[in-house]
Amino acid sequence: MTLLDVRGLTVRTADGRTLVDDLSLTVDSGERLGLIGESGSGKSLTTLAILGLLPDGMTATGSVDLAGTQIVGATEKRLAAVRGRDAAVVFQEPLTALDPLMRVGRQIAEPLARRTCLKGAALREAVRGALTQVRLPEPERIARAFPHEISGGQRQRVALAMALACAPRLLIADEPTTALDVSVQAEMLDLIDSLVRERKMSVLFVSHDLAVVARVTDRALVMKDGRAVEEGAVHDLVRLPREEYTKALVASARRLESALDLRSAR
Amino acid sequence: MTPVLELENVALRHRGSTANVVEDVSLTVEAGHSLALVGESGAGKTTLLRLLLGLSRPTCGSVRFDGAGLSPRDRTRMRDFRRSVQCVFQDPYSSLDPRRRVGAIVAEPLRSLGLDTRATAAPKVAATLERVGLPADTADRYPHEFSGGQRQRIAIARATVCHPRVLLADEPVSALDVTTRVKVVDLIAELKQEQGLTLVMVSHDLSVVASLCERTAVLERGHIVEQGDTAQVLGAPTHPYTRRLIDSVPRLPA
Amino acid sequence: MTLTETRPTKAPRFGRSSRRSATLVVGCVLAGLIALLALVSLVWLPYATDDTSGGRLTGPGGGHLLGTDKLGRDLFTQLMTGSRIAFEAGLGSVAVAAALGITLGVLAAFAQGWLDDTLSAFLDILIAFPTLLLAMLIVAARSATLGSAVLAIGLAQSAVVARLVRVLVKRVLTQDYITAARTSGTSWPRTVLGHVLPNIWPTLVVNLALQFGLAVLAEAGLSYLGLGAPPPNASWGRMLQEAQATFTTAPAGALAPGVLLVLLVIGVNLIADGLRETLDPATRRRRA
Repeated sequence: MTLLDVRGLTVRTADGRTLVDDLSLTVDSGERLGLIGESGSGKSLTTLAILGLLPDGMTATGSVDLAGTQIVGATEKRLAAVRGRDAAVVFQEPLTALDPLMRVGRQIAEPLARRTCLKGAALREAVRGALTQVRLPEPERIARAFPHEISGGQRQRVALAMALACAPRLLIADEPTTALDVSVQAEMLDLIDSLVRERKMSVLFVSHDLAVVARVTDRALVMKDGRAVEEGAVHDLVRLPREEYTKALVASARRLESALDLRSAR
Repeated sequence: MTPVLELENVALRHRGSTANVVEDVSLTVEAGHSLALVGESGAGKTTLLRLLLGLSRPTCGSVRFDGAGLSPRDRTRMRDFRRSVQCVFQDPYSSLDPRRRVGAIVAEPLRSLGLDTRATAAPKVAATLERVGLPADTADRYPHEFSGGQRQRIAIARATVCHPRVLLADEPVSALDVTTRVKVVDLIAELKQEQGLTLVMVSHDLSVVASLCERTAVLERGHIVEQGDTAQVLGAPTHPYTRRLIDSVPRLPA
Repeated sequence: MTLTETRPTKAPRFGRSSRRSATLVVGCVLAGLIALLALVSLVWLPYATDDTSGGRLTGPGGGHLLGTDKLGRDLFTQLMTGSRIAFEAGLGSVAVAAALGITLGVLAAFAQGWLDDTLSAFLDILIAFPTLLLAMLIVAARSATLGSAVLAIGLAQSAVVARLVRVLVKRVLTQDYITAARTSGTSWPRTVLGHVLPNIWPTLVVNLALQFGLAVLAEAGLSYLGLGAPPPNASWGRMLQEAQATFTTAPAGALAPGVLLVLLVIGVNLIADGLRETLDPATRRRRA
C-alpha cells in the first residue's frame, strides 16, 4: 500500500525561482527511501513540502498524498492532524528543534499525552519508556534536563523519541546525523534502523552522504538542482550509476574512501 | 632537525573551570610531515590548534616555534611566526569579512605583516587567487557572491598568499559537499606539494586525514591516546578508541 | 549551492527593494525640506528674530506668512531659526553620543572581568539617570544654552549607544574573520577600524538616525522647560511653550512647530528604515 505519493511536486519562491521541479516519489508502507542530494538540491524543501511546512513566500504545486490526505493546499487545521500521526520528522540540528526553555521530559510528554490521553504518573512512566526506547541512559535525569544540558547525540535521541512518541506511520529524517560525531552517528543509525524495523514504519531518509543513506535504506532517489536525477536500489546506484551526476557523486565518495583504504592497507 | 612547531606537556584550563581542556599533550610538527589531530567534539582539537596559533597560552607546558618560546612582546619574532604559520577555518561563511572585497581579504596578511603595500600586494593576490582556481575578477567581488567551496578557496588563498611554512586547518572541508570536498582536498594536496607546505589539520573525517596527512594523533577527552604514521594509526590502531573511530566511518556498499 | 561552485543567479527582488528605497526617498524629502529651511535661515530670514513691529497675534496672511506671536514676532522666521536649532541639537547630540558611545562600547566589549562589570554598571546607571535631571545639573554648572542641552542629551544617549556597540562588537569578535585577522598579524586597533567598525556600521547608523529624532524631541522638551537655547533664539520647544496660553485663539503658533517637529522625526525614522538594508553589501549588489 502506498503511504506517501508525491506527484509533480514543484516548489517556487515568491520571485518565481523554481527550487523543486516536478518531483515524483512514492514510499510504500514499511518501505524506506533515501533522498540524496548536496546543498541546494532541494531535498530539505521536499521534506518540508511533504509536511506542509514550507516557509512563507514559497508555494508548492502538484500533489502530495500522505496516507490519503492531500497536503498541497490543505488548511493548517488539516495539516496539524496529519503531522505527528501520519508523519513525524527529525531535523539535522537537534538544538534548534527542541525548545531551549522546556525540560526534555515535558517536550516528549506533550505529543505523548495528545496521542494516548495519559496523565500524571502514567504519563511520566510513558516518557521514561520513550527515553529508554531510544537507549538513553538514566532516563530520569535526561527527562529533568534542559536541552543544553545534554550532549548533541543525546539531544538527537530525544528528538527521535519525540517523533516516535506520536507513533507515526512515516518517519522523515532530514540529515539526522550530520551534526554528530562519527561514533555517535553510527549508534544513531543503528538505533533508527532497529526502531523502524520493530515498528514496521516507513522512512524517508534525507542525506548528502551516500554511505549513510546506504546504511538505512535500500532504495534511494538522487536529487540535483531541484530535480530527480536517478532512482533505484542503493546498491545499484553505487555500483552502476547511470547518470553523470550520480557517477560524480559516487566517484567523489569513493575517492575519499579509497584514501582510507590505502592508508590502512599499507 | 628542529621542529617548526612543538607542544611540550601542554595543559590548558579555562578561567573559572576546574578541569583541563587538554592535558599533558606533547606534539611536534616537523617540516614536510603533515600532522592530523583526530578526535570527536570536546576532545580538545580546536584548543590545541589555538595553542599552536599562539591565540591562547597554555596553563602549563610550553609552545615552541623553531625551537624557542614565543613572546607577544618580541615583535620581530611574532611577525616571523605569523608569516610562517597561517590558518584556514571550518566555516567559510564566518571566516571572510562580509564587508570587504575578496582582494582586500586575501591581501590582509601581506599588508598587516608589512610585506607589501596595496600596490605591490595586488599582483601577488591575483596570482594566488588564480592558483586556488578562482576567476580573475574574484578580487573585486564580495564574499557573499561565492559558494561555500569558492569561499573556502578564498580562505586558502588568504592563508597561502604570504607563503607560510605551516598551514593550520580546522576542519577545512567538513562544511562542504562531497564533490566540492574532493576538489578542495586536491587543492590542499597540490599546495602541500608545490609550496613545501606542512599541514596541521584538525579533523574528525578520517578519509580526509588519510588523504592529506603523513602523521596522525588521536585525541580523546583532552589526551593524546595514540600518535604515529597515519598508515600505522589507521591501519593497525592499538588504542580501542582509535579502533572505534575507524569502525564507525560509514562505508559505501562494495 | 556549494556543489557546482557556480554562482546561483538571484533574481532581483523588485518589490522589496523599491519599497525600501521609497521609504528612504520620502524620509529624505521630509527631512530635506526642513534642512533647507534651516540652511536658508543661516543667510536669509524674512524678519529679524527680535523684530516685533508686526502687531500681536495677527493671523496668517498680510506681511506674515503664518502670522505673528504674542510679542509681534514673525512666526515663520521663528520656525526657520527653530529648524536650524533642531538640526544643531540633533546633530550635536548624535555627535556627542557617537563619539562617547562608540569609544565606551568598544572598550566595554574588549574589557574582561571586573572592568567589564564596572563599565556595564556605569552604563546602566547612565541609562537609568533621567535626562531632565542631567540637563538641570549641566545648566546649573554652565548656563542655559543650546550647548548645555546638547551635552545633556548626548551624554544620556551615549549610554544607549555604548550598550548597543558593546553587544554588536562582542558578536563580531566571535567571528572567524577576526581570528583570521589576528593570525594575519593585524594589530587590534587596525582590526577594530578595518573589521569591527565596518561590520557594526549598518546597525549603528540606523540607531544613530533614530537617536537623532529622539534628540530633536528631547531638545524641544528641554527648551519647552526653559533649559534649551535662550531667547531670542526661537527653538520649536520654546515656540510651543509661548503659544500654549493662546492656543485656542491663535493655534498657528503651536501647530506650526508641532507639525514640523513631527515631520522631521518621521522623516528621520523613515531614513533610518531605508538605510537599514541599503547599507548591506549583499542587498546592494542584488539590486545593482
